[in-house]
Amino acid sequence: MSSLHYLRAMQGIVGRELWRFVRQRERFVSALVRPLVWLFIFAAGFRATLGVAISPPYETYILYEVYITPGLVGMIQLFNGMQSSLSMVYDREMGSMRILMVCPLPRWFLLVSKLIAGVAVSILQVYVFLAIAWCYEVEAPWQGYLYLLPALMLSGVMLGALGLLLSSFIKQLENFAGVMNFIIFPMFFMSTALYPLWKMKESSVWLHQLAHYNPFSQAVELIRFALYGEFNEYAFIYTLCAFVIFMTVAVIGYNPSKGMMMKKGGR
Amino acid sequence: MALILSGSAQAETVFVTLEKDNALAVVDPVAGKLLQTIDIGQRPRGIALSPDYKYLYVATSDDDTVKMIDTETYLEVAQLPSGEDPETFALNPEGDRLYVSNEDDNLVTVIDVFKQQEIAQIKVGVEPEGIAVSPDNQWVVSASETTNMIHWIDPATHTIVENTLVDPRPRAVSFTADSTQLWVTSEMAGTLMILDVKTKQIIKTIRLDIPGVNADKIQPVGVVIDKQRRWGYVAIGPANRVAVINAQTFEVEKFLLVGQRVWNLAFSPDQKRLYSTNGRSNDISIIDLERHKVTKSIAVGRFPWGVVSKP
Repeated sequence: MSSLHYLRAMQGIVGRELWRFVRQRERFVSALVRPLVWLFIFAAGFRATLGVAISPPYETYILYEVYITPGLVGMIQLFNGMQSSLSMVYDREMGSMRILMVCPLPRWFLLVSKLIAGVAVSILQVYVFLAIAWCYEVEAPWQGYLYLLPALMLSGVMLGALGLLLSSFIKQLENFAGVMNFIIFPMFFMSTALYPLWKMKESSVWLHQLAHYNPFSQAVELIRFALYGEFNEYAFIYTLCAFVIFMTVAVIGYNPSKGMMMKKGGR
Repeated sequence: MALILSGSAQAETVFVTLEKDNALAVVDPVAGKLLQTIDIGQRPRGIALSPDYKYLYVATSDDDTVKMIDTETYLEVAQLPSGEDPETFALNPEGDRLYVSNEDDNLVTVIDVFKQQEIAQIKVGVEPEGIAVSPDNQWVVSASETTNMIHWIDPATHTIVENTLVDPRPRAVSFTADSTQLWVTSEMAGTLMILDVKTKQIIKTIRLDIPGVNADKIQPVGVVIDKQRRWGYVAIGPANRVAVINAQTFEVEKFLLVGQRVWNLAFSPDQKRLYSTNGRSNDISIIDLERHKVTKSIAVGRFPWGVVSKP
């Protein structure tokens, strides 16, 4: 198997995902509408009431919409990760997954290609979202938008790997609602996306701990620091480790002889 | 007097009076760092620089004096006879006269800086607060908080020539560089008034309403206008914001979020930056005037009150 084969397979998978994304305009719009509603409506409501004190990477007082923007970037990636896991379940039900899986390339490679395809789509969405936020005066230093790219790649693959992991457990499309309720919402609300950690500590130390160890929090912090041209080492290592763990379990999960596939009758 | 000997090597130095720490904070605004804190006297509030930047004047209210400090050595040079409880004061363009508001005695005390003598006391309205000297040295104006009046004082004769009734509780006053306008903030009405110096009448009143912020928090205090009269800036106290006002059209362009209870404002010597003292959050905010963005807030000490900047 030459590296050309690998490249062609990756091209095929990423290309298919991007093509699907471009073709489905409503998906693009709806993916953008969600964070924009949060930014324009939810954050606007809190704009005057919540004075966010100075906490790194910020150097001065900021309005609430400035605070939640990195959180909403994380939200785009979180939903995207879940969306691609949803499409995996769909592919499995429709049978196209079987075609993919019989491809004579290692399973992990196929899954990583799937992941990269999803991340590429999410990065596209993030930059469009940030461009709209810029017009709304949520501005970061220009270098921040460059530093953001590697951070987005890592947070994207971590959240995508989580999606893959979940999709290996989900038998049917209908079960996806459970994922929304038990994974996405708690992960999003119990994170630093909407409120800073110190603020959470005021109300509950327990909640503060949960939010601190939530990998989504660390992904958001990685994004937040990168957007202001800074590197958050702790968040980077935490996100990287989370990715490795999620990915390993997902690869095992997709292994017909070992993982969840067998339990589900090899579908 | 425990003043620390120190030389300043950086390009610009910002001095901030710390009302509760009885001290003066020395800040490098370019590096965004607090350099040192110097004990200065009881309850320091009003602050000004001599035109040649050699001396710093600080009203230490509870010591009943205005202290004259060398800006190189930070040593006290003199104590000026300011009268009781000095809070705000103004220096004339030559730097030889200091006009001090004595809030409790309803007086403005005039001091000859170089002789270090009081040369006149002018009776004004109740609770004089804001005070300014026009850049052409034709007028000294004093704002009486309770009388709601601007008193126009002739600096040659030390007499009130005219009074202008303004919105309740006028706080700060500031002349435009060409001495044709006087900007006055009203703490209670939440307004900024523009007065024409020639007619001494209000030509424009601007309400500083911030959408989503309670009206009782709109308490304008410090006001400054740039030399070209392009922009004016008003500190809006407990609203934690600085209003950016187009000085040509008198439209409020935007509100900039700074620390809590923003009190006074000062330009950098090149007027590229603006500094605000945020009394309750114990910091100063630095505003980039080219972009109208708050770039940094620096913790300086308890209750920062007045601010000046020296090249």
